[in-house]
Amino acid sequence: MFVALRDLRFAQGRFALMGVVIVLITALVGLLSGLTTGLGRQNVSAITDLPVDRIAFSGPAQDLSYSDSAVTEAQVRHWAGTEGVVMAEPLGISTTRATAGGRNAAVSVFGVSPGSELVGDVGDRTVVLSVPAAEELGATTGDTVTLAGQDLTVTAVRGDACFSHTPVVWTSLGTWRSTAPPGTTATVIALKTRPDIDVEAADAVAGTRTTTRDDSLTAIGSYRSENGSLQLMRGFLFVISALVIGAFFTVWTIQRSGDIAVLKALGASTGTLLRDALGQALVLLVSGTLVGTALAAAAGTLVRDTVPFLLDPATVLTPAVTTVVLGAFGAALAVRRITTVDPLTALGSAR
Amino acid sequence: MSLTLTDVTLTYPDGDSTVTALDRVTLHVPRGTTTAVIGPSGSGKSSLLAVAATLVAPDSGTVAIDGAGTTGLNRGRLAELRRHRIGIVFQQPNLLPALTAAEQLQVMAYVTGRKPAEARRTALDLLDAVGLADHAARRPHQLSGGQRQRVNIARALMNNPTVLLVDEPTSALDHDRGAAVVELITGLTRRQATATVLVTHDRSHLTAVDDVVTIHDGRLRKPNRRTPSDSVPPDCSEPARAGAEVRP
Repeated sequence: MFVALRDLRFAQGRFALMGVVIVLITALVGLLSGLTTGLGRQNVSAITDLPVDRIAFSGPAQDLSYSDSAVTEAQVRHWAGTEGVVMAEPLGISTTRATAGGRNAAVSVFGVSPGSELVGDVGDRTVVLSVPAAEELGATTGDTVTLAGQDLTVTAVRGDACFSHTPVVWTSLGTWRSTAPPGTTATVIALKTRPDIDVEAADAVAGTRTTTRDDSLTAIGSYRSENGSLQLMRGFLFVISALVIGAFFTVWTIQRSGDIAVLKALGASTGTLLRDALGQALVLLVSGTLVGTALAAAAGTLVRDTVPFLLDPATVLTPAVTTVVLGAFGAALAVRRITTVDPLTALGSAR
Repeated sequence: MSLTLTDVTLTYPDGDSTVTALDRVTLHVPRGTTTAVIGPSGSGKSSLLAVAATLVAPDSGTVAIDGAGTTGLNRGRLAELRRHRIGIVFQQPNLLPALTAAEQLQVMAYVTGRKPAEARRTALDLLDAVGLADHAARRPHQLSGGQRQRVNIARALMNNPTVLLVDEPTSALDHDRGAAVVELITGLTRRQATATVLVTHDRSHLTAVDDVVTIHDGRLRKPNRRTPSDSVPPDCSEPARAGAEVRP
């Protein structure tokens, strides 16, 4: 990168301008990624944290939906007796208001059988609060929380489970049914299965529709629409960054076509010149991305108490690496113009 | 060992017709000598240089450097040949704006993979040889036209070439500076033992060169000592050879 590094130093203004663009795009993508993941976690963490691998929904004909599903006792019994099923737990999910000591909050009530593996410490007339629910209600262990007119004792506060942007409270299925439409057994069946299970056959017999736990997240309406929009924005930003970087290096390569022709005439191989130009793009991309990612991480740290921003290696590194890869792709398309520069032009009026 | 062009013909399309840029040109330049090629604009001087520099393949005829032909070599091999065996002094200095005078030379070592420290020493020695030892850290915009041309010459010699091709080196310089540049080239030619072709349309600096040939409508001929003139009908039947007594 003999020429590339000296060009970077010599044309500081131009490269600084492009560097700032990369920094801003990367920071924006980083912030959006943290926000997407944070919002997503606020939507689905109660499901992704379940110690199961499949979820059975009622009704094979309808779209998967946590809000519309209602499984029957017979379906639960069928799944519990199916070969290859290690655990089949009915799980009730509903949204209601909870009150504690004069404070109230919207919560998602998750009803499970007492003694279920899904969550411990749950029995009749008791409730386990997630930390966000406890904070919103100002309640702690031993306090009383009123749920659908029933006074329940808090037996534990743990986890950060949220569902559809509301904090989760765990209670018994019996208590949960008082928050659900009359006659409802449970919303879905949480399944822990062995690899040899024939899911389709079991679904056909039980009249259910079963999917993996992670695929079931699309059955949360708010998650599907919200995540789709945010991912679309993120995707557009990646494409825009690749286009902007490609456009910059296209103009830059055209501007230095004369220099490239001279170097080719003097014997520089096209490969050497391509490596030099791509190295220059990578230096700019990596340094801009590092600064932008650091900015996003710092901003995320500052706002994480007020905004659902998740800062972890995946949310920080994935957009950074993607920006570098797509930017390098854009730059590669731009600098391939080097291959077409005719060294003869360095001689001027050669003919 | 030398540069030899044998029966080189180069044509190119010009609308519906074909223009003959070089017509059965034969030229032999031994190492350590400078051959000046003079002729008016459009006579084929630059085409001759382009073919000798392996930037253009002739329609027929051969180009050989130290006896090795260049016909049939692919682009990569031709670039390699230019890196190691051919030095080019451009009409305009064509210096890279981001590089200092020393770096203009060092970039030649970079493309051949030579060690940076050794390249730096060679570059400084060459800048010293062209009288620019004190200007090694200056960029092109900090040099005068003559100084830029001297850097251009030093750059062409950086990889110790067999052949030095010089394109109108004095076109942008006044008479004194032009004469100094030609003397510099001929001196370096002898010192570095290169086979040098100096293309020019200016006859006033040719006392220092070893041989002079004229080119007209793509044909080479030895100028007549008594009546040197570009209007003399060209004759390419005898190859022009360096070391002849002819002087304009």
